[in-house]
Amino acid sequence: MATLVLADHNQVSLQAATLNAVTAAQKIGGDVHVLVAGANAQGVAQAAARIAGVAKVLHADAPHLASLTAENVAATVVATVRAGGYSHVLAPATGFGKNILPRVAALLDVAQISDIVVVESADTFVRPIYAGSVLATVRSSDAIKVITVRATGFDAAAADGGSAAIESVPAAPDTGLSKVTGQELSKSERPELTSARIVISGGRGVGSAENFRLLEALAAKLNAALGASRAAVDAGFVPNDYQVGQTGKIVAPDLYIAVGISGAIQHLAGMKDSKVIVAINKDPEAPIFQIADYGLVGDLFQIVPELTAALG
Amino acid sequence: MKVLVAVKRVVDYNVKVRVKSDGSGVDTANVKMSMNPFDEIAIEEAVRLKEKGVATEIVAVSCGLTACQETLRTALALGADRAILVETDVELQPLAVAKLLQALVAKEQPKLVLLGKQAIDDDANQTGQMLSALLGWPQAAFASKLEPAGDRATVKREVDGGLETIEIGLPAVVTADLRLNEPRYATLPNIMKAKKKPMETTSPAALGVDVTPRLATLKVTEPPKRQGGGKVADVAELVAKLRNEAKVI
Repeated sequence: MATLVLADHNQVSLQAATLNAVTAAQKIGGDVHVLVAGANAQGVAQAAARIAGVAKVLHADAPHLASLTAENVAATVVATVRAGGYSHVLAPATGFGKNILPRVAALLDVAQISDIVVVESADTFVRPIYAGSVLATVRSSDAIKVITVRATGFDAAAADGGSAAIESVPAAPDTGLSKVTGQELSKSERPELTSARIVISGGRGVGSAENFRLLEALAAKLNAALGASRAAVDAGFVPNDYQVGQTGKIVAPDLYIAVGISGAIQHLAGMKDSKVIVAINKDPEAPIFQIADYGLVGDLFQIVPELTAALG
Repeated sequence: MKVLVAVKRVVDYNVKVRVKSDGSGVDTANVKMSMNPFDEIAIEEAVRLKEKGVATEIVAVSCGLTACQETLRTALALGADRAILVETDVELQPLAVAKLLQALVAKEQPKLVLLGKQAIDDDANQTGQMLSALLGWPQAAFASKLEPAGDRATVKREVDGGLETIEIGLPAVVTADLRLNEPRYATLPNIMKAKKKPMETTSPAALGVDVTPRLATLKVTEPPKRQGGGKVADVAELVAKLRNEAKVI
């Protein structure tokens, strides 16, 4: 029994959630191998080889893996799984993993198990459903288990300490099905949302894109990442990649500060596992206060600048 | 071109779901059911393509219980031309639904299949990607902008760090993300008209698809409740608590 973990990366560095997927793989038992599929991503393969607990890194290198399209990466994962006889295939439940793994599962004619938060045994896993209001324990009867791992459910494996061998594996031929022609990546001075120690999120109550600058100033003071509720994204205040919640990103930082967020269940789904939650809202009845450790009722336009100043 | 849109009947997003007392599942008896919100976005996109003269016919598909007819009627009221129900009382998992849709695609020959990116009940986020793999078609998951032009389409996709633009050939599978559009409401005249639109019923057996579940749900539970509700009076107290009590800043 061996588990293949598909590394999420951008050809230059490893996405942190890969480390949590490695921990989930270790809990399943058996050898843990990491597949780096990319173009000139040697640095990523070397980083993967240093992860504690990884027995081997498989590196598929081909020009047509430069833009990591679902079709080409999935084809290479399937070829690697078939050649290596893996019993489990894991990837972090990031945009990358969610795009690729269902495709891998369908090509292998097996189910995919999304967003696991607990490994109970090699075939039984716990996953949240209904925006995290319910936890389901599911058992797979498939020969190969294809799984995405919710990073907040598992500690990150140590990024250093391992010294796995790197082995070249062939990339599957170019499917030619899709071509990436452009990228608009949010430029931010702020840390990445899903791995930041502190997250500050704004909701509909923030009122406008301009007003989000108030949160930026506070985030700068705390070296925090900026997030948002779906309502704020819907209203066009911030791009969708800020979204924390059921259909956005799942975060569990040491400190989560919810500003002008009422606390819809689908938002709570994305942040309720944070260690400490602060809520700032003018409505004392807002559901967010029921889960907040420290609730402060009042006008965010006064409180946020005051808080920023107090941290000076 | 013909567009096929898959829609799922789910517990309405406003309902607070409850676990059955024996832990075997979620209580869906006497609970308000609606079309999965992401599927509404998928239907809306198809209707807009038809209004632009790009789509010629919209076929809405749902798989599951007889009651999915209601969801299909909603799709028809929103602008779909006809509907197909794949009726079964077997619990359908994403791979099974993808195979049912694959069989329907073989019959209907659409040039575009639109689905919501995820259903808000099982939160699986799999069916579109699986369908595209089974068909060997291009996949554009998490779309926030879709522009078909002839035999190709340009799609903006939501990715972890922002947006990615891809070019795909048609036929293709596209899954709708939140910002693709804002769905309209069905008007009363359109709801009335929808009652007269054709709805066909078929079954997994008729389509030759084995829908046996691959995953068994052993139990469902409610997660531990978070102890919250603490309040502070002002910013000074908040900062003091965060520094000295929670020790997070």
